[in-house]
Amino acid sequence: MLKFPIYLDYSATTPVDPRVAQAMIPWLTEHFGNPASRSHAYGWEAEKAVEDAREQVARLVNADAKEIVWTSGATESNNLAIKGAAQFYKGKGKHIITLKTEHKAVLDTFRELERQGFEATYLDVQENGLVDLSALKDAIRPDTILVSVMFVNNEIGVVQPIAQIGEICREKGIVFHVDAAQATGKVEIDLQTLKVDLMSFSAHKTYGPKGIGALYVRRKPRARLEAQMHGGGHERGLRSGTLATHQIVGMGEAFRIAREEMKTENERVGALRDRLMKGLQDIDATYINGDVEHRVPHNLNISFAYVEGESLIMAIKDVAVSSGSACTSASLEPSYVLRALGRNDELAHSSIRFTIGRFTTEEEVDYTIDLLHKKIGKLRELSPLWEMVQDGVDLDSVQWAAH
Amino acid sequence: MAYSEKVLDHYENPRNVGAFGKEDEGVGTGMVGAPACGDVMKLQIKVGKDGVIEDAKFKTYGCGSAIASSSLVTEWVKGKTVEQALEIKNTQIAEELALPPVKIHCSILAEDAIKAAVADYKKKQG
Amino acid sequence: MFAPVYLDWNATTPLDPLVRAAMLPWLDARFGNASSRHEYGRQARAAIDEARARVAAAVGAHPTEVIFTSCGSEANNLFIKGAAALMKPGLVAISAIEHPCVREPAKQLRRGGWSLREIAVDAAGRIDGDDWKAVLEAKPSLVSVMLANNETGVLQDVAALARDARTAGAWFHSDAVQALGKIPVDFRALGVHAMTFSGHKIGGPLGVGALVIDKRIELAPLIAGGGQERGLRSGTENVAAIVGFGAACEHATARLEDEARRLAGLRDRLEAGLIASGMRIFSVDTPRLPNTTFFAADGFDGETLVAKLDRAGFACASGSACSSANPEPSHTLLAMGVEHEAARGAVRVSLGRDTTLTDVEGFLAAFERLTNQLNNLTAMAVQS
Repeated sequence: MLKFPIYLDYSATTPVDPRVAQAMIPWLTEHFGNPASRSHAYGWEAEKAVEDAREQVARLVNADAKEIVWTSGATESNNLAIKGAAQFYKGKGKHIITLKTEHKAVLDTFRELERQGFEATYLDVQENGLVDLSALKDAIRPDTILVSVMFVNNEIGVVQPIAQIGEICREKGIVFHVDAAQATGKVEIDLQTLKVDLMSFSAHKTYGPKGIGALYVRRKPRARLEAQMHGGGHERGLRSGTLATHQIVGMGEAFRIAREEMKTENERVGALRDRLMKGLQDIDATYINGDVEHRVPHNLNISFAYVEGESLIMAIKDVAVSSGSACTSASLEPSYVLRALGRNDELAHSSIRFTIGRFTTEEEVDYTIDLLHKKIGKLRELSPLWEMVQDGVDLDSVQWAAH
Repeated sequence: MAYSEKVLDHYENPRNVGAFGKEDEGVGTGMVGAPACGDVMKLQIKVGKDGVIEDAKFKTYGCGSAIASSSLVTEWVKGKTVEQALEIKNTQIAEELALPPVKIHCSILAEDAIKAAVADYKKKQG
Repeated sequence: MFAPVYLDWNATTPLDPLVRAAMLPWLDARFGNASSRHEYGRQARAAIDEARARVAAAVGAHPTEVIFTSCGSEANNLFIKGAAALMKPGLVAISAIEHPCVREPAKQLRRGGWSLREIAVDAAGRIDGDDWKAVLEAKPSLVSVMLANNETGVLQDVAALARDARTAGAWFHSDAVQALGKIPVDFRALGVHAMTFSGHKIGGPLGVGALVIDKRIELAPLIAGGGQERGLRSGTENVAAIVGFGAACEHATARLEDEARRLAGLRDRLEAGLIASGMRIFSVDTPRLPNTTFFAADGFDGETLVAKLDRAGFACASGSACSSANPEPSHTLLAMGVEHEAARGAVRVSLGRDTTLTDVEGFLAAFERLTNQLNNLTAMAVQS
């Protein structure tokens, strides 16, 4: 039995895995202590649970538990890593580098640092969404102190060459931060091998709860940060604030499951994604956004030409997906990620991000393929642009009435 | 975005979708908007010898409100003389469909489409 | 786990079962990201809006004045650093008994050219009138004074302080984390510019807090990104915790009057017993929270007492939870002029929703037994 709307938006957030919820419940019931309470068993058992979860998070990425700092989510982790490192190392230089396709949490943090007097370079990506390593090398200056590149892009799912970027940065003595919010449980992460200094994690993109994340802070060679939140001195002074035990336990369990199951899960999810991709590519005039090979198995981002984005979303309301336009209240802004790939506004507007996950079924994928075929067909029948293209008109040569 | 019942009805069941031959006698074609703006409307009217609009067809690339606005005006222009059709105002369209302020431009586009179709018809009449 | 009687409600509270019930759907089928435009996202958005209205109603504010954060510490950091970031460096004045999550961010401002002044308290833990006048004459730009102290439970006359601060042209903030759910809190009536609240102190979950703020005050966000919370606090909303916070606000304020009376009765019984055992209760004649007792006796070490009480089945605290890893005596007591030795002996007992008369009497019996043992040990040591 299909349940509507069909959820194909696993990169926005994932359901909490029932096993994760089970692990959390005791900490919402009788085990309610504040992990900072040192004078009684309620506090001790909470503290132990927090440390066990820290170990689970560390194991997924092959790090030491002492290198994991809890935060309220990847957005906070990104802010802490980027501002914290930039402010700590500002005596060495004021130049910082990132990509145009990063998440807002990174881009907005960079803009804030620019207001504080740092100089930022926002690198273009190639047409397939991947960073151009030689462009990165060229952008590095003697006063560059920080490079921040996301592991997996949230919109198009492409996997950046983190290992190579790490080599470049380490050689030059530049702090390298990686936003891995979309990567955990989807790609292997080995921090013993990768030359990454700081890495941001989120629980709710990997079947854990919202409101909890972590930052990896390398010990050898040690990455230094200035704290952004001050108070009781929790998390070795890097992040004050009472730890939310149930959420931390949930993140630990979610990351344990990810470590144990990611191999089989990625095979299954990848097969479903390929089925969806094949099914949708049967439709005329479709374009896949982002590199197909260097891509997580969960993501399909595809544009349907000659169909307007908002009416497309309206037509497929039986499936819960994200579109290539962020809806502000007044207008549609085409996705800056797709624009950075060189897509025009129309194709950016008419793009759909399908992200598949642990609970997606073949039946749901097949229903989605069928629905898209029907609805795209209907909208194109309505579309004067499609009619013109069928009549052999080159739309670029048309003089549109200014409006 | 919350759409009104009437917008949803026109969007789900658009009236008078299709096309007349552009060169056919008595046919006036209006195309307004641009793909880059997110809306293109093509409205066609077929006018009888007595100057009354006998039939109308449309195709629209645009959001639900744009599709509904053009679908609605194809219904409204039928049975009107071309002069009467020109009296249809965007405010009436917006009111009928309960368009929110951010979608008023869809009704303006629909009014412009009528004007363009009538102008094309008149031009062909010489 | 063997469950000791929990008498540390100012550190954190057990989750109210009604709150848990409200939260669970958001850890299950209703998992959407509130920024998503589809049905899953819209459900989450609506739930957050409803919770925001509940929090606002509980504290006498307008829903648009509520900014959700990940905890009370973050809300305090957001106000102090966020307001200061958009002002010319000036004077920030905080009471000498603030929680570290007010004190530490205020100290940070000094790096940006601000000066920091602590407002003295008297022996009872209330803002010292003369020092307050002197502070006002120094024209502070930002003032932060907590509504209720986490250790002594002492209440400040925030309405009067806020009025003075306004007249002097300062923004006035109050950390009301310990006050909510224990005494009536009315943002508008108190006349403050900003206030901090926390979920887990009122029967709600850990992982959520709020800054309630007058919209005339411009803030720079601490956390930049997706633009959630009117751009003042980016990051995917913790829907379950926010929903829980809303429900906790509603439940805690609905039964506040009866519950406060009941807790004050238990507290008085507790204090009568402690006084009979020769204990000194701090701020005993000062307006306080109805649930908090902070006491000491010369010659006892607070850490030792609390450890022994824990083994006897009673969980309480020797200082505020956040700093109890720190062997320094209570900052609050030192500010009140309590001598170092007595401050080291301090024990905090804080009561709550589940506390019964049996718990209090059991505590007193255990306490009597333990102190007798300790007295005998001391006596034996003296004899030998």
